[in-house]
Amino acid sequence: MSIATQDTAIRTGRVMRTLIYLVLLLFVLFYMLPLYVMVVNSVKPLEEITGGGMMNLPQVFTLEPWAKAWSSAQIGVEPTGLSPYFWNSIKMVVPAVAISTVLGALNGYVLTKWRFKYDTIVFGLILFACFIPFQIVLIPMAKMLGLMGLAGTTWGLVLVHVVYGVGFTTLYFRNYYAVFPTELIRAAQIDGAGFFQIFWRILLPSSGPIAVVSIIWQFTNIWNDFLFGASFAGADSQPMTVALNNLVQASHGVKEYNVHFAGAILAALPTLLVYIVAGRYFVRGLMAGSVKG
Amino acid sequence: MGFLDIDNTTKSYGAVEVLHKVDISVQEGEFLVLVGPSGCGKSTLLNMIAGLEEITSGEIRIKDNVMNGVHPSKRNIAMVFQSYALYPNMTVGQNITFGLEMHGTPKPERDKAMKDVAQLLQIEPLLDRKPGALSGGQRQRVAMGRALVRNPDVFLFDEPLSNLDAKLRVDMRTEIKKLHQKLGTTIVYVTHDQIEAMTLSTRIAVMNGGYVQQLGTPQEIYDTPANIFVATFMGSPAMNVVPAKVALENGRPVAQVSLFDGSTVALPFSQNNMSDWAGKDILLGIRPETITDEDAADRKSSNIAHMTNRIVVTEPAGSDTFVTMTLGGKDVIARMRSDADVHPGADFMFAVNMEKAVAFDPKTENRIAP
Ligand SMILES: Nc1ncnc2c1ncn2[C@@H]1O[C@H](COP(=O)(O)OP(=O)(O)OP(=O)(O)O)[C@@H](O)[C@H]1O
Ligand SMILES: [Mg+2]
Repeated sequence: MSIATQDTAIRTGRVMRTLIYLVLLLFVLFYMLPLYVMVVNSVKPLEEITGGGMMNLPQVFTLEPWAKAWSSAQIGVEPTGLSPYFWNSIKMVVPAVAISTVLGALNGYVLTKWRFKYDTIVFGLILFACFIPFQIVLIPMAKMLGLMGLAGTTWGLVLVHVVYGVGFTTLYFRNYYAVFPTELIRAAQIDGAGFFQIFWRILLPSSGPIAVVSIIWQFTNIWNDFLFGASFAGADSQPMTVALNNLVQASHGVKEYNVHFAGAILAALPTLLVYIVAGRYFVRGLMAGSVKG
Repeated sequence: MGFLDIDNTTKSYGAVEVLHKVDISVQEGEFLVLVGPSGCGKSTLLNMIAGLEEITSGEIRIKDNVMNGVHPSKRNIAMVFQSYALYPNMTVGQNITFGLEMHGTPKPERDKAMKDVAQLLQIEPLLDRKPGALSGGQRQRVAMGRALVRNPDVFLFDEPLSNLDAKLRVDMRTEIKKLHQKLGTTIVYVTHDQIEAMTLSTRIAVMNGGYVQQLGTPQEIYDTPANIFVATFMGSPAMNVVPAKVALENGRPVAQVSLFDGSTVALPFSQNNMSDWAGKDILLGIRPETITDEDAADRKSSNIAHMTNRIVVTEPAGSDTFVTMTLGGKDVIARMRSDADVHPGADFMFAVNMEKAVAFDPKTENRIAP
C-alpha cells in the first residue's frame, strides 16, 4: 500500500515539476526577448530592419553598426560616436563608487564600533538620504555645484553621486558590522592598533561580501543614472546615458536603428559585466548578517 | 600598596550604578578570581582594568601608576576574551605578533617571541593556519599565546573556558594553573563557575549586584562565608541554610532545629559567642559534606552532633551518594559515601560536624562572627 502511494506521489511530483519548468521557460523567453531583438538588430544592415524584419535573424551579418556607434555616430553636433562618453562615464563611476563605498564602510565602522551619543539619530538621518527623490534636490544641487566651482565637471557629478550613494552604502556596512564581534575591536585596541589601523587591518579584510554588494549597487545606479548626468554635466563631461539619448534622439537624417541598438547594448555592457563577475558574491553579501554563520 | 590597586572604584551607566565602591588590592604574582552570577559586574570591572570601560569614580593603579584615562595599549596588560577574539583574516602567527607589530617591535624580535610562546603552548604546527581552521581548544591556546607574547604586567581573563566542552575545560584549567605557577604572573580572572574559582585562585572576590560580597582565599570563602549569598554561591551542592533557634543547654549554646516529624534536635555550637543569641532565631549553615554517617564523620573534629532523621531521596553519583532530608522545614542535602547504607523512607542516624557549621543573622543575612 505504501509503495503504491509513494509511486503516485513521485508521479504527481514529476508532472508538477514539468509544469513548473514550462512556466519558468516562458518567463525566461519573455525576459530574453528584448535582448534578442537588440542583439539581432544590432548586427543587421539598416535595410533589413526598415524592410520590416525586426524579429528575423540577420541575412547579412555585419559589425558595422557597432563600430559606428562606438566611434563615428553623430552625437549632438559632433560625429564622435559613444567612445568619449564611455570614458566620461568611467571617469565618473570609478571614483564615485570607490569614494562612496569607503565612506559607507567608515560610517558603518563608527556607527557600530565607536558608538556615541545620538548615533542612532545620526544613522536615521543618513538613512533618510535613501528616500529623498532625485528631483527635489536638482535646483539646490545645481546652486551648490556652482558655488563650489564644480558645475559642468566630472568631479561635480562624482560629488553628487557620492552624496546620494553614501546613505545606501552606510546602511549596508552598518548592518554588516553590527554583527561583527566587538571583542575583536577591543582585542585590537589592547594590541595597540589605532582607529584606522583597526579599520584597515581587522575590519576591511573581513568585509569582502558587503563591499561587493555596495560596489555592484553603486556601479549600476551611477552608471545608469540619466537625470543627474543630463542636469549637471557639461559638454565634455556627459556620461554614456546622456550621449545614448542624444544619439537616439538626433532629429536629422534617417534613424539608424541598428546603430541605436548597438549603442544601447554598449551602454548596458559594463553593468552586465559587473554582475557576471561579482554577482554570486552579491547574494552572499545580501544574506550575510541576516543569518549568523 | 599592591601591584594592582582597585581603589574605591565605581561604574555608572547614566544614572544606574552597576559597580559600587569596589576596593581590591592585588599583590604581584597573585591569581585573583572575580566570581559571581550573570550581570553582577565582573566583566565591567575587568574591562575597567583593561581600559575598555571608563572609570566613573575612584582609581585603578598598576605598579602605583594611575591608569584612569590611560589607553588600553599603554597599560601593559593583556586580555583573553571569552570568544577568543582571534583576528579571522590573519594566521595564528600574525595573530600572536599583531600587538608587538603595533608597538613597533622589529620583525626578528617578533619572530623570536612568537617562537618562544608557540613552544611554551605547543602550538608550533598551527602557526600558519587561520583561526577558522582550529578547534576550540587550539583557539584558546592561541588566544593565550597572544596575551603571553606581550609579557604584560597583568593578565586579564574573561571567562576564557566557558566555550569549551566539559572535558577540555578541566584540562585547560589545569594548564592555566600550571602556566601561572611557572611564570608567576599576576592574573585577574573572571568566571561564573565557582569550581574554577576555587581551583585556580590564590584569592577570590565574590561579587553580586555590583558589590564585592567577600574577598579572601578560597579556604576563607568556603569555611567562613561573609553572608548567605557567598555561602550558597560557593560550593556544590550549595550549603544548606536552615532556620534554627539558639538555646542554652548546660550553659552551652545549641541550635534547635526541627526534624521531619516536628520534634527538635539540639546541635551544639562550637562558637561560644553564640550564647549571646540565646532565645533568638538564626539561620544555620551546614555544608552537605559535613552531614555524614557515623563512620565517615571527621575524626579530627571535636564537635560531632547526632540526629536521627528520615531519608526522603537518595541520589547515587558514583563517588558519593546525595541524601535529601527535611530539616527545619527545608530540603537539606547530605553528601555520603557511596557505600553508605541509605534507603528512601528509612530513618537514619546522621553525624553532623558542628565545628564547620556557621550561623547567620536572619535580618542582615551576614555571618555571626565567632
Ligand atoms: N552599556 C551598558 N549600559 C547599561 N548597562 C550596562 C551596560 N553594559 C553593562 N551594563 C550592565 O552592567 C551590569 C554588569 O554587566 P557585566 O557585563 O559586567 O556582567 P557580568 O558579571 O560580566 O555578567 P556575565 O556573567 O553575564 O558576563 C549588568 O547589569 C548590565 O546590564
Ligand atoms: Mg561577562
